[in-house]
Amino acid sequence: MTAEIKFSVRRLCAFHGRAESLRSITLDVPDHRILGIIGPASSGKTTFLRTLNRLNDLIPDFRATGQVLLDSADIYQPDFDVVGLRKRVGMVFALPVPLPMSIHDNITYGPRLAGVRDRQQLYDIVERTLQAAFLWDEVKDRLHSSALRLSGGQQQRLCLARVLAMEPEVVLLDEPCSGLDPISTAKIEEALVALKIRYSIILVTNNTKQASRVADDTAFFLMGELVEHGLTEQIFTVPRDQRTGDYITGRFG
Amino acid sequence: MRLVSPKWTQRIAVGVLGAATLATLLILLFIIVFVLEKGLRTICWNFLFTDPQDMGRAGGIFPTLIGTLLLPLLALAVALPLGVGTAVYLTEYTREGRLTRIIRFGTDCLAGIPSIIFGLFGFIFFVTILKMGWCLLAGGLTLAIMILPTIIRTTEEAIRAVPYSYREVSFSLGATRWATVVKVVLPNALPGIVTGVMLSIGRCIGETAAVIFTAGQALHLPHSVFDSVRTMSVHFYILAREGISAKNAYGTAAVLIISILLLNVTTYWLMHRFIGRRT
Repeated sequence: MTAEIKFSVRRLCAFHGRAESLRSITLDVPDHRILGIIGPASSGKTTFLRTLNRLNDLIPDFRATGQVLLDSADIYQPDFDVVGLRKRVGMVFALPVPLPMSIHDNITYGPRLAGVRDRQQLYDIVERTLQAAFLWDEVKDRLHSSALRLSGGQQQRLCLARVLAMEPEVVLLDEPCSGLDPISTAKIEEALVALKIRYSIILVTNNTKQASRVADDTAFFLMGELVEHGLTEQIFTVPRDQRTGDYITGRFG
Repeated sequence: MRLVSPKWTQRIAVGVLGAATLATLLILLFIIVFVLEKGLRTICWNFLFTDPQDMGRAGGIFPTLIGTLLLPLLALAVALPLGVGTAVYLTEYTREGRLTRIIRFGTDCLAGIPSIIFGLFGFIFFVTILKMGWCLLAGGLTLAIMILPTIIRTTEEAIRAVPYSYREVSFSLGATRWATVVKVVLPNALPGIVTGVMLSIGRCIGETAAVIFTAGQALHLPHSVFDSVRTMSVHFYILAREGISAKNAYGTAAVLIISILLLNVTTYWLMHRFIGRRT
């Protein structure tokens, strides 16, 4: 783990009202690797992910303390450009949410916001990102039909392509395969492994096997705490903490 | 022991509900057919496109057609931006709290006020205090105030019905709140907003009391917003009430019904095309 550090999280605590949902998380996220985050329900995985693009800001009475450094700049500084942050840190949600517009317009949503107007350039972005998300061959003939008509697995790959279209530096994925069949899941995983050459990827998953398949590093969250963090082989073969071992062997959670 | 078996309860329920629906439809149909039957004969090119003569006993209704077109248009031009703006502010830019609840309660109260009160206010404020006189502008502004609560509330409901996840996606793709409102929230709320607009136009077109109070009842074509106008509703109200011409009153009413029908059909057709392209 000598790669360049993308996100550096220091003593991060998060609160929903009075309830503490993250307890002093300290964690480094290296570039060009996939970090898998595993843990049972309500362990703080999703909250943690959403602190990284400050999407939790939308929730009333959410509060975070500590530091989250992206390329050594603290994203929780009051004058930090949140809109710019979200362009650099893209997110794929658990449920695929295509916007009710065409496939083409979904993918170009981000670039158009950023001011790209040239039609050929937009078309190139659509082709490139759909290729990268392994969706191009299935939809290339109907780019201008509604994205809502795609199947669930296709919609999720569309969402991935839509994130890639912003040319982010980090891609956050929040249980992206929870509603998908095994074949769609395999396609997403294939895409992720291919993508880590260009991006830093953080994958929250309920499926420990998925983490062991695609993640380079794995972090185990439990009740808002980071229990253990290390190379995936190490976590899955010789976990240091008893609770990690219990979780991945399915003894609880 | 049951008095009536469940099977019969079911049959009676279907019968009663069906009869209620049928009665409603028949009453509506009867009114429309009745007015059209009496009025359609009057309608011809001259009736639609010439000026009235002899207080409306003879001649056409052209100025009132224009009045009926302009007055709601002016009211909407004022009320739509204000109403949609308010609704967007209340739903997207503020957190739910005491203030938003008070504003919402206020708009609900305003929506329930009889139109004659707005007419009286318009008469005192626009016509008298601001010295506008009876004119298109005073009428338009009065109607704008009258329909504002409807537009705010229907727009608010429509905006609330847009899934929260759309906003999350938009924000996560680097959109500002404004871009999210313009590109995601409003397009998806459009069908609901249009419904509110249609209701409002209907209220404007059908309004008589508030219009007579503020826009007057002049029978000539308006040359500016400071001219008095007469709408079709006001026209046939006066024709019928003063006993001027029942025939022309029915004719005007028939034109009104047909124009509202046309308006609705066109709007729904446009909406269908819009929604069809997106889903």
